[in-house]
Amino acid sequence: MLVLALDTSTPAVTAGLVRDGVTVAERVETDARKHGELLMPAVQAVCAEAGVALRELDAVVVGAGPGPFTGLRVGMVTAAALGDALGIPVHGVCSLDAIAAAVVADGPLTGNLLVVTDARRREVYWAAYEAEGARLSGPTVESPDALRERLPGLRLVAAAGTMADGFGLPVHEATPSPAGLVAVAPLHSAPGPLEPLYLRRPDAVPPGERKRVAR
Amino acid sequence: MTIVLGIETSCDETGVGIVRMPDSGVPELLANEIASSVEEHARFGGVVPEVASRAHLQAMVPAVHRALTTAGLTGRDVDAVAVTAGPGLAGALLVGVAAAKAYAAAWDVPLYGVNHLAAHVAVDTVQHGPLPPALALLVSGGHSSILAVPDLAGPVTPLGSTIDDAAGEAFDKVARLLGLPFPGGPWIDKAAREGDRNAIRFPRGLTGPRDAKHDFSFSGLKTAVARYVESLDGDVPVADVAASFQEAVTDVLTLKAVRAAQEFGMDTVLLGGGVAANSRLREMAEERCTAAGLTLRVPRPGLCTDNGAMVAALGAHLVHTGAQPSDLGIPANSSMPVTDVLV
Ligand SMILES: [Zn+2]
Repeated sequence: MLVLALDTSTPAVTAGLVRDGVTVAERVETDARKHGELLMPAVQAVCAEAGVALRELDAVVVGAGPGPFTGLRVGMVTAAALGDALGIPVHGVCSLDAIAAAVVADGPLTGNLLVVTDARRREVYWAAYEAEGARLSGPTVESPDALRERLPGLRLVAAAGTMADGFGLPVHEATPSPAGLVAVAPLHSAPGPLEPLYLRRPDAVPPGERKRVAR
Repeated sequence: MTIVLGIETSCDETGVGIVRMPDSGVPELLANEIASSVEEHARFGGVVPEVASRAHLQAMVPAVHRALTTAGLTGRDVDAVAVTAGPGLAGALLVGVAAAKAYAAAWDVPLYGVNHLAAHVAVDTVQHGPLPPALALLVSGGHSSILAVPDLAGPVTPLGSTIDDAAGEAFDKVARLLGLPFPGGPWIDKAAREGDRNAIRFPRGLTGPRDAKHDFSFSGLKTAVARYVESLDGDVPVADVAASFQEAVTDVLTLKAVRAAQEFGMDTVLLGGGVAANSRLREMAEERCTAAGLTLRVPRPGLCTDNGAMVAALGAHLVHTGAQPSDLGIPANSSMPVTDVLV
Protein backbone atom coordinates (compact mmCIF):
# COMPACT_ATOMS: atom_id res chain seq x y z
CA MET A 1 0.00 0.00 0.00
CA LEU A 2 1.51 3.31 -1.16
CA VAL A 3 0.61 6.31 1.00
CA LEU A 4 1.44 9.99 0.59
CA ALA A 5 1.88 11.67 3.99
CA LEU A 6 1.72 15.45 4.40
CA ASP A 7 2.00 17.77 7.37
CA THR A 8 2.04 21.58 7.58
CA SER A 9 1.05 22.00 11.23
CA THR A 10 4.50 23.21 12.34
CA PRO A 11 7.05 25.49 10.64
CA ALA A 12 8.19 22.36 8.75
CA VAL A 13 6.66 21.39 5.44
CA THR A 14 6.70 17.59 5.36
CA ALA A 15 5.93 15.33 2.41
CA GLY A 16 6.77 11.63 2.23
CA LEU A 17 5.91 8.39 0.50
CA VAL A 18 5.39 5.38 2.74
CA ARG A 19 5.04 1.93 1.21
CA ASP A 20 3.68 -0.73 3.58
CA GLY A 21 4.94 1.21 6.59
CA VAL A 22 8.40 1.92 5.18
CA THR A 23 9.39 5.45 4.14
CA VAL A 24 10.66 5.40 0.55
CA ALA A 25 11.18 9.15 0.05
CA GLU A 26 10.70 12.25 2.16
CA ARG A 27 11.23 16.01 2.05
CA VAL A 28 11.23 18.23 5.13
CA GLU A 29 11.77 21.94 4.57
CA THR A 30 11.38 24.53 7.28
CA ASP A 31 9.94 27.94 6.46
CA ALA A 32 6.79 28.86 8.34
CA ARG A 33 5.89 31.54 5.81
CA LYS A 34 6.21 29.42 2.68
CA HIS A 35 4.04 26.35 3.25
CA GLY A 36 2.00 27.18 0.17
CA GLU A 37 5.04 27.50 -2.05
CA LEU A 38 6.99 24.49 -0.78
CA LEU A 39 4.40 21.74 -0.41
CA MET A 40 3.47 20.71 -3.99
CA PRO A 41 7.07 20.89 -5.27
CA ALA A 42 8.01 18.65 -2.31
CA VAL A 43 5.26 16.19 -3.27
CA GLN A 44 6.56 16.13 -6.84
CA ALA A 45 10.12 15.67 -5.60
CA VAL A 46 9.30 12.62 -3.47
CA CYS A 47 7.34 11.08 -6.34
CA ALA A 48 10.25 11.66 -8.72
CA GLU A 49 12.72 10.23 -6.22
CA ALA A 50 10.62 7.11 -5.69
CA GLY A 51 9.79 6.83 -9.39
CA VAL A 52 6.04 6.81 -8.85
CA ALA A 53 3.20 8.86 -10.35
CA LEU A 54 0.50 10.43 -8.18
CA ARG A 55 -2.11 8.15 -9.75
CA GLU A 56 -0.35 5.14 -8.22
CA LEU A 57 -1.14 6.34 -4.68
CA ASP A 58 -3.55 4.28 -2.57
CA ALA A 59 -4.26 6.88 0.13
CA VAL A 60 -3.28 10.26 1.51
CA VAL A 61 -2.62 10.91 5.20
CA VAL A 62 -2.47 14.48 6.45
CA GLY A 63 -1.67 16.04 9.80
CA ALA A 64 -4.83 17.88 10.85
CA GLY A 65 -3.04 19.88 13.52
CA PRO A 66 -3.32 21.36 15.97
CA GLY A 67 -1.33 24.06 14.22
CA PRO A 68 -1.41 27.78 13.62
CA PHE A 69 -4.21 28.53 11.23
CA THR A 70 -2.81 29.61 7.91
CA GLY A 71 -0.10 27.05 7.25
CA LEU A 72 -2.19 24.16 8.57
CA ARG A 73 -4.79 24.71 5.87
CA VAL A 74 -2.22 24.32 3.07
CA GLY A 75 -1.64 20.65 3.95
CA MET A 76 -5.31 20.01 4.62
CA VAL A 77 -6.66 21.42 1.35
CA THR A 78 -3.81 19.87 -0.65
CA ALA A 79 -4.62 16.44 0.79
CA ALA A 80 -8.35 16.92 0.25
CA ALA A 81 -7.90 18.01 -3.37
CA LEU A 82 -5.41 15.24 -4.17
CA GLY A 83 -7.69 12.64 -2.65
CA ASP A 84 -10.66 13.98 -4.57
CA ALA A 85 -8.85 14.23 -7.90
CA LEU A 86 -7.26 10.78 -7.56
CA GLY A 87 -10.35 9.11 -6.11
CA ILE A 88 -8.50 7.77 -3.05
CA PRO A 89 -9.21 8.07 0.70
CA VAL A 90 -7.77 10.93 2.77
CA HIS A 91 -7.16 10.35 6.45
CA GLY A 92 -6.71 13.31 8.79
CA VAL A 93 -4.68 12.50 11.90
CA CYS A 94 -3.67 14.47 14.98
CA SER A 95 -0.19 15.81 14.19
CA LEU A 96 0.87 15.43 17.84
CA ASP A 97 -0.08 11.72 17.69
CA ALA A 98 2.22 11.36 14.68
CA ILE A 99 5.15 12.87 16.59
CA ALA A 100 4.48 10.53 19.53
CA ALA A 101 4.26 7.50 17.24
CA ALA A 102 7.67 8.25 15.76
CA VAL A 103 9.24 8.66 19.22
CA VAL A 104 7.75 5.38 20.46
CA ALA A 105 8.87 3.59 17.27
CA ASP A 106 12.47 4.64 18.03
CA GLY A 107 12.50 2.63 21.25
CA PRO A 108 10.34 2.00 24.30
CA LEU A 109 9.95 4.72 26.92
CA THR A 110 10.00 4.11 30.67
CA GLY A 111 7.11 6.47 31.31
CA ASN A 112 4.84 9.03 29.70
CA LEU A 113 5.68 11.37 26.81
CA LEU A 114 4.79 15.04 26.38
CA VAL A 115 4.38 16.37 22.83
CA VAL A 116 4.32 20.14 22.62
CA THR A 117 4.35 22.49 19.62
CA ASP A 118 4.15 26.23 19.01
CA ALA A 119 0.65 27.72 18.94
CA ARG A 120 2.01 31.30 18.62
CA ARG A 121 0.58 34.11 20.75
CA ARG A 122 2.68 32.83 23.67
CA GLU A 123 0.76 29.55 23.83
CA VAL A 124 1.54 25.93 23.04
CA TYR A 125 -0.40 22.95 21.76
CA TRP A 126 0.25 19.85 23.80
CA ALA A 127 -0.84 16.29 24.41
CA ALA A 128 0.48 13.54 26.74
CA TYR A 129 1.03 9.90 25.75
CA GLU A 130 1.67 6.68 27.62
CA ALA A 131 4.84 4.66 26.90
CA GLU A 132 3.22 2.68 24.04
CA GLY A 133 1.94 5.82 22.34
CA ALA A 134 -1.73 5.94 23.38
CA ARG A 135 -2.90 9.50 24.05
CA LEU A 136 -3.63 10.20 27.73
CA SER A 137 -4.77 13.80 27.46
CA GLY A 138 -5.06 16.66 24.98
CA PRO A 139 -4.69 18.05 22.46
CA THR A 140 -4.97 21.31 24.35
CA VAL A 141 -3.88 24.90 23.74
CA GLU A 142 -2.68 27.01 26.67
CA SER A 143 0.29 28.98 28.01
CA PRO A 144 3.57 27.17 28.77
CA ASP A 145 3.14 28.21 32.42
CA ALA A 146 -0.27 26.60 32.63
CA LEU A 147 1.22 23.43 31.13
CA ARG A 148 4.11 23.53 33.60
CA GLU A 149 1.64 23.44 36.48
CA ARG A 150 0.18 20.20 35.11
CA LEU A 151 3.54 18.47 34.68
CA PRO A 152 3.72 16.78 38.12
CA GLY A 153 0.45 14.94 37.46
CA LEU A 154 1.52 13.66 34.04
CA ARG A 155 4.47 11.42 35.15
CA LEU A 156 6.55 12.30 32.08
CA VAL A 157 9.96 10.91 31.11
CA ALA A 158 10.46 12.66 27.79
CA ALA A 159 9.26 15.51 25.59
CA ALA A 160 9.00 15.94 21.81
CA GLY A 161 7.77 18.59 19.40
CA THR A 162 8.99 22.04 18.34
CA MET A 163 8.54 23.48 21.86
CA ALA A 164 9.86 20.49 23.81
CA ASP A 165 12.75 22.47 25.29
CA GLY A 166 12.25 24.11 28.67
CA PHE A 167 10.24 21.49 30.51
CA GLY A 168 13.24 19.77 32.11
CA LEU A 169 12.79 16.58 30.08
CA PRO A 170 14.98 14.73 27.53
CA VAL A 171 14.00 16.00 24.10
CA HIS A 172 13.05 13.86 21.08
CA GLU A 173 12.13 14.71 17.49
CA ALA A 174 10.43 17.96 16.69
CA THR A 175 8.04 17.53 13.78
CA PRO A 176 5.68 14.87 12.41
CA SER A 177 7.44 12.36 10.12
CA PRO A 178 5.77 10.60 7.18
CA ALA A 179 6.14 7.23 8.94
CA GLY A 180 4.64 8.66 12.14
CA LEU A 181 1.68 10.14 10.28
CA VAL A 182 0.96 6.87 8.48
CA ALA A 183 1.43 4.82 11.68
CA VAL A 184 -1.46 6.61 13.42
CA ALA A 185 -3.81 6.63 10.41
CA PRO A 186 -6.68 4.11 10.38
CA LEU A 187 -5.82 3.06 6.83
CA HIS A 188 -8.13 0.06 6.83
CA SER A 189 -11.29 1.90 7.86
CA ALA A 190 -13.29 4.45 5.93
CA PRO A 191 -11.95 7.94 6.61
CA GLY A 192 -13.99 10.29 8.77
CA PRO A 193 -14.66 13.91 7.82
CA LEU A 194 -11.47 15.93 7.35
CA GLU A 195 -11.62 18.46 10.20
CA PRO A 196 -8.71 20.70 11.12
CA LEU A 197 -7.86 20.83 14.83
CA TYR A 198 -7.86 24.60 15.31
CA LEU A 199 -8.54 24.42 19.07
CA ARG A 200 -9.21 28.16 19.01
CA ARG A 201 -12.06 30.28 17.75
CA PRO A 202 -11.34 32.75 14.98
CA ASP A 203 -10.57 36.23 16.26
CA ALA A 204 -14.08 37.53 16.56
CA VAL A 205 -13.30 41.19 16.28
CA PRO A 206 -14.89 43.17 13.48
CA PRO A 207 -12.16 44.18 11.03
CA GLY A 208 -11.59 47.93 11.04
CA GLU A 209 -10.50 48.24 7.47
CA ARG A 210 -10.97 45.53 4.95
CA LYS A 211 -7.80 44.74 3.05
CA ARG A 212 -7.59 47.23 0.25
CA VAL A 213 -6.58 45.83 -3.04
CA ALA A 214 -3.66 47.38 -4.82
CA ARG A 215 -4.07 49.53 -7.86
CA MET B 1 -10.92 23.06 -27.70
CA THR B 2 -9.87 23.43 -24.08
CA ILE B 3 -11.75 22.93 -20.79
CA VAL B 4 -10.52 25.20 -18.01
CA LEU B 5 -11.53 24.93 -14.37
CA GLY B 6 -11.14 28.17 -12.38
CA ILE B 7 -10.84 28.56 -8.60
CA GLU B 8 -11.46 31.84 -6.75
CA THR B 9 -10.93 32.34 -2.98
CA SER B 10 -9.64 35.91 -2.66
CA CYS B 11 -12.31 37.07 -0.22
CA ASP B 12 -15.44 35.42 1.21
CA GLU B 13 -16.73 33.53 -1.85
CA THR B 14 -15.44 30.06 -2.69
CA GLY B 15 -15.96 30.01 -6.44
CA VAL B 16 -15.38 27.23 -8.96
CA GLY B 17 -16.19 27.83 -12.60
CA ILE B 18 -15.70 25.82 -15.77
CA VAL B 19 -15.29 27.32 -19.21
CA ARG B 20 -14.98 25.63 -22.60
CA MET B 21 -12.68 27.48 -24.99
CA PRO B 22 -13.22 26.46 -28.64
CA ASP B 23 -10.56 27.19 -31.24
CA SER B 24 -12.60 30.25 -32.27
CA GLY B 25 -11.49 31.93 -29.01
CA VAL B 26 -14.97 32.76 -27.68
CA PRO B 27 -15.36 31.03 -24.32
CA GLU B 28 -18.52 29.28 -23.22
CA LEU B 29 -19.55 29.04 -19.57
CA LEU B 30 -20.34 25.50 -18.41
CA ALA B 31 -20.54 25.94 -14.62
CA ASN B 32 -20.24 28.65 -11.99
CA GLU B 33 -20.60 27.30 -8.45
CA ILE B 34 -20.30 29.62 -5.46
CA ALA B 35 -20.30 28.93 -1.73
CA SER B 36 -20.38 32.14 0.27
CA SER B 37 -19.50 32.67 3.92
CA VAL B 38 -21.12 36.14 3.87
CA GLU B 39 -23.69 35.21 6.51
CA GLU B 40 -20.95 34.27 8.96
CA HIS B 41 -19.45 37.74 8.56
CA ALA B 42 -22.69 39.68 8.89
CA ARG B 43 -22.53 40.12 12.65
CA PHE B 44 -19.05 41.58 12.38
CA GLY B 45 -20.11 44.14 9.78
CA GLY B 46 -17.30 43.10 7.47
CA VAL B 47 -15.32 40.11 6.27
CA VAL B 48 -13.29 38.39 9.02
CA PRO B 49 -10.28 36.85 7.23
CA GLU B 50 -9.94 33.79 9.50
CA VAL B 51 -13.64 33.00 9.21
CA ALA B 52 -13.40 33.29 5.41
CA SER B 53 -10.32 31.04 5.25
CA ARG B 54 -11.93 28.34 7.39
CA ALA B 55 -15.01 28.41 5.17
CA HIS B 56 -12.89 28.09 2.00
CA LEU B 57 -11.25 24.93 3.34
CA GLN B 58 -14.64 23.34 4.05
CA ALA B 59 -16.24 24.46 0.77
CA MET B 60 -13.40 23.81 -1.69
CA VAL B 61 -13.74 20.16 -2.70
CA PRO B 62 -17.57 20.15 -2.65
CA ALA B 63 -17.59 23.23 -4.91
CA VAL B 64 -15.30 21.50 -7.43
CA HIS B 65 -17.66 18.51 -7.39
CA ARG B 66 -20.73 20.62 -7.98
CA ALA B 67 -19.05 22.47 -10.84
CA LEU B 68 -18.01 19.24 -12.58
CA THR B 69 -21.48 17.77 -12.09
CA THR B 70 -23.18 20.90 -13.45
CA ALA B 71 -20.90 20.84 -16.48
CA GLY B 72 -21.52 17.12 -16.99
CA LEU B 73 -17.78 16.44 -16.82
CA THR B 74 -15.28 14.49 -14.74
CA GLY B 75 -11.82 15.58 -13.65
CA ARG B 76 -10.35 13.69 -16.58
CA ASP B 77 -12.01 16.16 -18.98
CA VAL B 78 -10.24 19.19 -17.49
CA ASP B 79 -7.35 20.48 -19.65
CA ALA B 80 -6.08 23.29 -17.38
CA VAL B 81 -6.63 24.72 -13.90
CA ALA B 82 -6.67 28.48 -13.28
CA VAL B 83 -6.67 30.11 -9.85
CA THR B 84 -6.72 33.59 -8.38
CA ALA B 85 -3.12 34.10 -7.18
CA GLY B 86 -3.87 37.63 -5.94
CA PRO B 87 -4.69 40.29 -4.93
CA GLY B 88 -6.92 39.52 -1.95
CA LEU B 89 -6.86 38.25 1.63
CA ALA B 90 -3.60 36.31 2.13
CA GLY B 91 -4.96 33.35 4.09
CA ALA B 92 -7.99 33.03 1.85
CA LEU B 93 -5.95 33.07 -1.37
CA LEU B 94 -3.64 30.42 0.06
CA VAL B 95 -6.45 27.84 0.28
CA GLY B 96 -7.47 28.26 -3.35
CA VAL B 97 -3.91 28.30 -4.65
CA ALA B 98 -2.98 25.13 -2.73
CA ALA B 99 -6.13 23.35 -3.96
CA ALA B 100 -5.51 24.41 -7.56
CA LYS B 101 -1.94 23.10 -7.46
CA ALA B 102 -3.12 19.76 -6.12
CA TYR B 103 -5.84 19.38 -8.76
CA ALA B 104 -3.45 20.41 -11.54
CA ALA B 105 -0.80 17.93 -10.37
CA ALA B 106 -3.27 15.08 -9.84
CA TRP B 107 -4.95 15.60 -13.22
CA ASP B 108 -1.52 16.22 -14.80
CA VAL B 109 -2.60 19.47 -16.48
CA PRO B 110 -1.05 22.97 -16.51
CA LEU B 111 -1.74 25.55 -13.80
CA TYR B 112 -2.36 29.26 -14.42
CA GLY B 113 -2.10 31.60 -11.40
CA VAL B 114 -4.01 34.71 -12.50
CA ASN B 115 -4.85 38.22 -11.37
CA HIS B 116 -8.24 38.68 -9.75
CA LEU B 117 -8.87 42.12 -11.26
CA ALA B 118 -8.04 41.02 -14.79
CA ALA B 119 -10.40 38.07 -14.23
CA HIS B 120 -13.25 40.49 -13.37
CA VAL B 121 -12.74 41.96 -16.84
CA ALA B 122 -12.33 38.64 -18.67
CA VAL B 123 -15.61 37.18 -17.39
CA ASP B 124 -17.64 39.46 -19.63
CA THR B 125 -16.52 37.45 -22.66
CA VAL B 126 -18.55 34.41 -21.55
CA GLN B 127 -21.70 36.54 -21.75
CA HIS B 128 -21.00 39.12 -24.48
CA GLY B 129 -18.25 37.56 -26.60
CA PRO B 130 -14.85 38.99 -27.57
CA LEU B 131 -13.88 42.20 -25.80
CA PRO B 132 -12.43 45.11 -27.79
CA PRO B 133 -9.89 47.34 -26.04
CA ALA B 134 -11.81 48.61 -23.01
CA LEU B 135 -11.76 50.93 -20.06
CA ALA B 136 -12.72 48.86 -17.03
CA LEU B 137 -14.35 50.25 -13.90
CA LEU B 138 -14.14 47.62 -11.14
CA VAL B 139 -16.04 48.37 -7.96
CA SER B 140 -16.61 46.07 -5.00
CA GLY B 141 -16.04 45.78 -1.27
CA GLY B 142 -12.36 45.19 -1.97
CA HIS B 143 -11.59 47.30 -5.04
CA SER B 144 -12.40 50.55 -6.82
CA SER B 145 -10.17 50.70 -9.87
CA ILE B 146 -10.05 52.24 -13.31
CA LEU B 147 -8.01 50.09 -15.68
CA ALA B 148 -7.06 50.33 -19.32
CA VAL B 149 -7.34 46.84 -20.85
CA PRO B 150 -6.09 46.81 -24.44
CA ASP B 151 -6.03 43.02 -24.53
CA LEU B 152 -7.28 40.39 -22.07
CA ALA B 153 -4.15 38.27 -22.07
CA GLY B 154 -1.79 41.23 -22.13
CA PRO B 155 -0.71 43.74 -19.53
CA VAL B 156 -3.38 45.87 -17.87
CA THR B 157 -2.63 49.53 -17.14
CA PRO B 158 -3.94 50.84 -13.83
CA LEU B 159 -5.14 54.43 -14.24
CA GLY B 160 -6.64 55.09 -10.85
CA SER B 161 -7.98 53.55 -7.66
CA THR B 162 -9.38 54.53 -4.30
CA ILE B 163 -7.10 56.41 -1.95
CA ASP B 164 -9.11 55.33 1.11
CA ASP B 165 -12.27 53.17 1.24
CA ALA B 166 -13.39 50.89 -1.56
CA ALA B 167 -16.83 51.81 -2.96
CA GLY B 168 -18.40 48.67 -1.53
CA GLU B 169 -16.95 49.47 1.89
CA ALA B 170 -18.65 52.88 1.78
CA PHE B 171 -21.94 51.10 1.07
CA ASP B 172 -21.35 48.79 4.06
CA LYS B 173 -20.50 51.64 6.41
CA VAL B 174 -23.42 53.84 5.36
CA ALA B 175 -25.76 50.87 5.64
CA ARG B 176 -24.60 50.41 9.22
CA LEU B 177 -25.26 54.10 9.94
CA LEU B 178 -28.78 53.68 8.58
CA GLY B 179 -29.43 50.48 10.54
CA LEU B 180 -29.43 48.34 7.37
CA PRO B 181 -27.86 44.83 7.27
CA PHE B 182 -24.46 43.73 5.92
CA PRO B 183 -23.53 43.61 3.08
CA GLY B 184 -24.85 47.11 2.57
CA GLY B 185 -25.01 47.35 -1.23
CA PRO B 186 -28.28 45.55 -1.97
CA TRP B 187 -30.04 47.11 1.03
CA ILE B 188 -29.07 50.65 0.11
CA ASP B 189 -30.12 49.99 -3.47
CA LYS B 190 -33.51 48.79 -2.23
CA ALA B 191 -34.05 51.62 0.26
CA ALA B 192 -32.98 54.19 -2.33
CA ARG B 193 -35.82 53.22 -4.67
CA GLU B 194 -38.28 54.84 -2.27
CA GLY B 195 -36.11 57.94 -1.75
CA ASP B 196 -35.29 61.25 -3.42
CA ARG B 197 -31.77 61.12 -4.82
CA ASN B 198 -31.58 64.92 -4.81
CA ALA B 199 -32.80 65.32 -1.22
CA ILE B 200 -29.31 65.86 0.22
CA ARG B 201 -26.29 67.09 -1.69
CA PHE B 202 -23.45 64.89 -0.42
CA PRO B 203 -19.85 65.69 -1.49
CA ARG B 204 -18.29 64.17 -4.62
CA GLY B 205 -14.76 63.17 -3.58
CA LEU B 206 -11.73 64.05 -5.76
CA THR B 207 -13.73 65.82 -8.46
CA GLY B 208 -12.09 69.25 -8.10
CA PRO B 209 -9.94 70.63 -10.93
CA ARG B 210 -6.72 69.95 -9.07
CA ASP B 211 -7.66 66.49 -7.72
CA ALA B 212 -6.20 63.22 -9.02
CA LYS B 213 -8.27 62.70 -12.13
CA HIS B 214 -8.72 58.95 -12.06
CA ASP B 215 -8.54 58.25 -8.33
CA PHE B 216 -11.44 57.87 -5.91
CA SER B 217 -12.07 58.85 -2.30
CA PHE B 218 -15.17 57.73 -0.44
CA SER B 219 -14.09 58.43 3.12
CA GLY B 220 -15.25 62.08 3.09
CA LEU B 221 -18.62 61.05 1.70
CA LYS B 222 -19.05 58.47 4.44
CA THR B 223 -18.18 61.10 7.08
CA ALA B 224 -20.64 63.57 5.55
CA VAL B 225 -23.40 60.96 5.73
CA ALA B 226 -22.49 60.24 9.37
CA ARG B 227 -22.59 63.95 10.27
CA TYR B 228 -25.91 64.39 8.52
CA VAL B 229 -27.44 61.41 10.32
CA GLU B 230 -26.12 62.62 13.70
CA SER B 231 -27.44 66.14 13.10
CA LEU B 232 -30.97 64.83 12.79
CA ASP B 233 -31.21 63.56 16.35
CA GLY B 234 -33.24 60.42 15.55
CA ASP B 235 -35.90 60.52 12.81
CA VAL B 236 -33.60 59.68 9.85
CA PRO B 237 -35.16 59.73 6.35
CA VAL B 238 -33.46 56.43 5.47
CA ALA B 239 -34.71 56.27 1.88
CA ASP B 240 -33.60 59.82 1.07
CA VAL B 241 -30.18 59.38 2.68
CA ALA B 242 -29.66 56.06 0.87
CA ALA B 243 -30.72 57.52 -2.48
CA SER B 244 -28.61 60.68 -2.07
CA PHE B 245 -25.55 58.71 -0.94
CA GLN B 246 -25.92 56.23 -3.81
CA GLU B 247 -26.27 59.13 -6.23
CA ALA B 248 -23.03 60.69 -4.99
CA VAL B 249 -21.11 57.40 -5.39
CA THR B 250 -22.46 56.58 -8.84
CA ASP B 251 -22.02 60.17 -10.02
CA VAL B 252 -18.29 60.06 -9.26
CA LEU B 253 -17.76 56.51 -10.57
CA THR B 254 -19.46 57.07 -13.91
CA LEU B 255 -18.03 60.56 -14.42
CA LYS B 256 -14.51 59.28 -13.96
CA ALA B 257 -14.98 56.14 -16.04
CA VAL B 258 -16.40 58.03 -19.02
CA ARG B 259 -13.74 60.74 -18.79
CA ALA B 260 -10.93 58.14 -18.64
CA ALA B 261 -12.36 56.24 -21.63
CA GLN B 262 -12.42 59.43 -23.66
CA GLU B 263 -8.95 60.46 -22.59
CA PHE B 264 -7.43 57.09 -23.50
CA GLY B 265 -9.42 56.64 -26.69
CA MET B 266 -11.38 53.56 -25.62
CA ASP B 267 -14.80 53.06 -27.21
CA THR B 268 -15.93 50.45 -24.68
CA VAL B 269 -16.50 50.76 -20.94
CA LEU B 270 -16.70 47.59 -18.90
CA LEU B 271 -18.29 47.64 -15.47
CA GLY B 272 -17.47 44.84 -13.02
CA GLY B 273 -17.21 43.88 -9.34
CA GLY B 274 -19.98 43.39 -6.79
CA VAL B 275 -21.07 47.04 -6.79
CA ALA B 276 -21.80 46.71 -10.52
CA ALA B 277 -24.97 44.93 -9.41
CA ASN B 278 -26.26 48.30 -8.13
CA SER B 279 -29.26 49.33 -10.23
CA ARG B 280 -28.57 53.07 -10.14
CA LEU B 281 -24.94 52.57 -11.15
CA ARG B 282 -25.97 50.46 -14.14
CA GLU B 283 -28.61 53.00 -15.13
CA MET B 284 -26.35 56.04 -14.85
CA ALA B 285 -23.44 54.28 -16.56
CA GLU B 286 -25.73 53.40 -19.47
CA GLU B 287 -26.99 57.01 -19.76
CA ARG B 288 -23.59 58.60 -19.64
CA CYS B 289 -21.90 56.09 -21.95
CA THR B 290 -24.67 56.50 -24.51
CA ALA B 291 -24.42 60.28 -24.28
CA ALA B 292 -20.64 60.04 -24.83
CA GLY B 293 -20.98 57.60 -27.73
CA LEU B 294 -19.40 54.74 -25.76
CA THR B 295 -20.50 51.13 -25.59
CA LEU B 296 -21.17 49.90 -22.05
CA ARG B 297 -20.70 46.25 -21.16
CA VAL B 298 -21.86 44.92 -17.81
CA PRO B 299 -21.86 41.18 -17.03
CA ARG B 300 -24.97 39.88 -15.29
CA PRO B 301 -24.88 40.26 -11.47
CA GLY B 302 -23.84 36.62 -10.83
CA LEU B 303 -20.72 37.19 -12.94
CA CYS B 304 -19.94 40.63 -11.41
CA THR B 305 -19.49 39.41 -7.85
CA ASP B 306 -16.41 37.27 -7.13
CA ASN B 307 -16.76 33.87 -8.80
CA GLY B 308 -14.80 31.01 -10.34
CA ALA B 309 -16.09 31.55 -13.89
CA MET B 310 -14.11 34.77 -14.17
CA VAL B 311 -10.91 32.93 -13.26
CA ALA B 312 -11.69 30.12 -15.71
CA ALA B 313 -12.47 32.71 -18.40
CA LEU B 314 -9.14 34.50 -17.97
CA GLY B 315 -7.34 31.15 -17.78
CA ALA B 316 -9.01 30.11 -21.03
CA HIS B 317 -7.80 33.28 -22.77
CA LEU B 318 -4.29 32.68 -21.52
CA VAL B 319 -4.32 29.07 -22.74
CA HIS B 320 -5.74 30.22 -26.07
CA THR B 321 -2.98 32.79 -26.56
CA GLY B 322 -0.28 30.25 -25.66
CA ALA B 323 0.78 31.83 -22.36
CA GLN B 324 3.39 30.02 -20.27
CA PRO B 325 1.76 28.03 -17.40
CA SER B 326 2.65 28.80 -13.79
CA ASP B 327 5.06 26.81 -11.69
CA LEU B 328 3.64 24.64 -8.86
CA GLY B 329 5.80 26.70 -6.47
CA ILE B 330 3.97 30.00 -7.07
CA PRO B 331 2.98 31.97 -3.99
CA ALA B 332 -0.40 33.46 -3.20
CA ASN B 333 0.29 37.20 -3.45
CA SER B 334 -2.12 39.36 -1.45
CA SER B 335 -0.82 42.55 -3.07
CA MET B 336 -0.29 41.25 -6.62
CA PRO B 337 -0.10 44.26 -8.95
CA VAL B 338 -2.73 44.44 -11.66
CA THR B 339 0.01 44.87 -14.25
CA ASP B 340 0.73 41.15 -13.72
CA VAL B 341 -2.08 39.20 -15.37
CA LEU B 342 -0.36 35.85 -14.78
CA VAL B 343 2.32 34.60 -12.35
ZN1 LIG C 1 -13.41 41.02 -6.78
